[in-house]
Amino acid sequence: MRHLLAALSAALFAAPAFAAIPRDGALGMQPAATRIAERIHHFHTFLLWIIIPITIFVLILLLWVILRHNSRTNPTPRKFSHNTLIEVIWTVVPALILVGIASQSFPNLYYQDVPPNLQMVQDKANKLLADGKSAEYERFTKEYNPEAAAQGFVNVKAQGNQWNWTYTYPDITDDAGYPLEFVSNPLQVGLSTDSKEGIRNLSVDYPMVVPAGRYIRYYTAAADVIHSFAVPAFGIKTDAVPGRLNEGWFLVDEPGTYYGQCSELCGVNHAYMPIEVRVVPQEQFDRWAELMLAGDYDAAAASVQTIASVEPATKFAAVTE
Amino acid sequence: MPMDEVALDHAHDDHDHKPGFFTRWLFSTNHKDIGTLYLIFALIAGIVGYTLSGLIRWELAEPGVGVLTRFVAGEGDVAIQNAKHFYNMVITYHGLIMIFFMVMPALIGGFGNWFVPLMIGAPDMAFPRMNNISFWLTVAAFVLACISMTIPGGSAGNGFAGGWVLYPPLSSTTGHPGPAMDVLILSLHTAGIASILGAINFIVTILNMRAPGMTLHKMPLFAWGVLVTAVLLLLSLPVLAAALTMLLTDRNFGSQFFNPAGGGDPIMFQHLFWFFGHPEVYIMILPAFGIISHIVSTFSKKPIFGYLGMAYAMVSIGVIGFVVWAHHMYTVGMDVDLKAYFVAATMVIAVPTGIKIFSWIATMWGGSIEFKVPMLWAIGFIFLFTVGGVTGVVLANAGIDHSLHDTYYVVAHFHYVLSLGAVFGLFAGWYYWFEKMFGIKYNGMIGGLHFWLMFIGSNVLFFPQHFLGLQGMPRRYIDYADGFATWHHISSIGYAITMVATLVFFIGLAEALIRRRKGVANPWGEGATTLEWTLPSPPPFHQYNELPHVTAKGGH
Repeated sequence: MRHLLAALSAALFAAPAFAAIPRDGALGMQPAATRIAERIHHFHTFLLWIIIPITIFVLILLLWVILRHNSRTNPTPRKFSHNTLIEVIWTVVPALILVGIASQSFPNLYYQDVPPNLQMVQDKANKLLADGKSAEYERFTKEYNPEAAAQGFVNVKAQGNQWNWTYTYPDITDDAGYPLEFVSNPLQVGLSTDSKEGIRNLSVDYPMVVPAGRYIRYYTAAADVIHSFAVPAFGIKTDAVPGRLNEGWFLVDEPGTYYGQCSELCGVNHAYMPIEVRVVPQEQFDRWAELMLAGDYDAAAASVQTIASVEPATKFAAVTE
Repeated sequence: MPMDEVALDHAHDDHDHKPGFFTRWLFSTNHKDIGTLYLIFALIAGIVGYTLSGLIRWELAEPGVGVLTRFVAGEGDVAIQNAKHFYNMVITYHGLIMIFFMVMPALIGGFGNWFVPLMIGAPDMAFPRMNNISFWLTVAAFVLACISMTIPGGSAGNGFAGGWVLYPPLSSTTGHPGPAMDVLILSLHTAGIASILGAINFIVTILNMRAPGMTLHKMPLFAWGVLVTAVLLLLSLPVLAAALTMLLTDRNFGSQFFNPAGGGDPIMFQHLFWFFGHPEVYIMILPAFGIISHIVSTFSKKPIFGYLGMAYAMVSIGVIGFVVWAHHMYTVGMDVDLKAYFVAATMVIAVPTGIKIFSWIATMWGGSIEFKVPMLWAIGFIFLFTVGGVTGVVLANAGIDHSLHDTYYVVAHFHYVLSLGAVFGLFAGWYYWFEKMFGIKYNGMIGGLHFWLMFIGSNVLFFPQHFLGLQGMPRRYIDYADGFATWHHISSIGYAITMVATLVFFIGLAEALIRRRKGVANPWGEGATTLEWTLPSPPPFHQYNELPHVTAKGGH
């Protein structure tokens, strides 16, 4: 069963690392870059193992009655119309299957929806280590990262506008105390004046940049109509609603460029407000932030054009490899 | 009234006298004529809605903005900019027209009007004149919707281009300052009134006018389906009307219900909308459930398996349908516990739906199935609805919906349950009752060809959209990243196949109308046990002057 699962996952999700763009002809999800997305992949594979057999089961039953209970093979129809036992079975068994699904669904939902309490992450990790529970520590650190927790959250606000994103880093301030804030415009809007650079309909002029291996807490807001901040490789999608501040979190180990697109109809250029997230090593992030604060956006963007490599993190690479 | 006058009245009825053309079709109070009007109307609206979807698939066949620039003003980049708005408008009206002016009028107005009275042994609907006004209000609503497509929506062009869900602030003056949205609100209000009146009519008819001996538990399942549908309409549409009215006053009279700057909340609109919108999807499918039950039973020559379970499965789907609305809103920023509740409630719906699927198969089990055209559609329905159902279970999980929300996965899911569910049910009913309604036979070969082309075409059209959604292709995009090109192209090829299917449908209709092969009262034989098959085809202008007595068990 395990091997079959892995084979199916490989067939559906096989993709090179670092790539977070839609692949032509792909059947499954984009490769997971966060533990959130990885858990979504696992859960989705789990669900496929339920829904595909159910569909095939129904198909087989239909083919069976078509072949065996038609007017040629069975000229005299039977007259039964009740069977309490089977009715109970097909009520109870689906209910049990749903309970099984729920047992996976709720932990996943709470894991991705509630930003972790970083203090508790550290305390728990320390306690597990102190108690010598190494197996439990392994399991725990698969879901949470105590080293990253020790460094606290990196906060980013993504504000949707018609039709671009404004990113604000409230903790990165200039001498006057103003936070780093910039507008990220698409390179292409479907017109003849479009730039030929980048990946069509996905690249932006000044990407959102976050450090690798850090807990990122993002907030979404909107200036005009509802937008939605989504990065498929991270497994996140949060609406940006006027008058509200929504939040979410992610942690990416693998430096790379990840793309998303606005996911709530927001008017004429809805298809042209992509999200480009560059996940870079901390030092490169700090350098980028300095340049941005100095107002040299182009130099800053150039500084993250090539992403410095770090030791490949193996921890979160399971499903996609 | 003196005795001889009463006798005269009876004589009058017995001659099956039909009023003149204008009186009969414009001021119609006859449930069968109104049903026919609804079907003709749905056919016309369906052509409009289907053409709009053709524009969508044509545009999306290749990456980049191309085809739609031919349909808008301007040259070059101006045309492209206009085409973007035009595209958003097309998807909006495609959804609204298909829901409000095609599926609902056909299944409820058309088949409901035609066959609820016939099946329950009633001479007509309870309120024949209200029935008439329901129909003409629906026509008026459709005309208003069409008008709103052609008048200014916002700075970007004509019509409202904010999606059928009408979310503010895109639908408020922030997003669409022009009058198109106001006319659209008027259109939906009118359609809503028409549906509420229709729903009252069905509820009263079904509760009060069943033939002697026909208890609710002996009532045919199509009547059950329409009854539950009518109750859902009656309870959900006023909420939509309230939301639309608040939107209207926000737009025109300075109220701030959905404006955060004035203390309002755009999410409140979404709650109100989906409190209507979720029951609405069951409103579209429950009558089809009823139709499928009769067809499966008829062509298996067996009574429906687990009749009571089938009836109460529909009732429970209707009830649960009212407490799951926010599963359309997992990404808006709801509290996680609230999401958990909606996950649990939503998954519960899979149980009664599963009961229906398995009961249909059990009805066929041991039967002597004849694969006439309606049965092909019914079997196709059962399988495709299963596919749409299991992807619904996937989407019910908020943890996964965070990834799939507003992607093509959702588009694939709801087209499997509606375009391949409700519409297959609709065609199944059409071929099942065609001879009964119009008194002529269609060509079974053409009907079968229609089915197979439609089955292949709509699967080629919608199945690849699952893959697009999993890869992250967002909905409502006129243009997409190049990595989505292949499946979009295949999807558009699927649409082309359904175009051939639709052409075959109209050829079949024309052939039947030209040849006029005389229909018989019951073309389906021993399996067709409901009351409408006891009447000639077409039924007399007024039926059941002597009320039928239902005594024997069965007949559902």
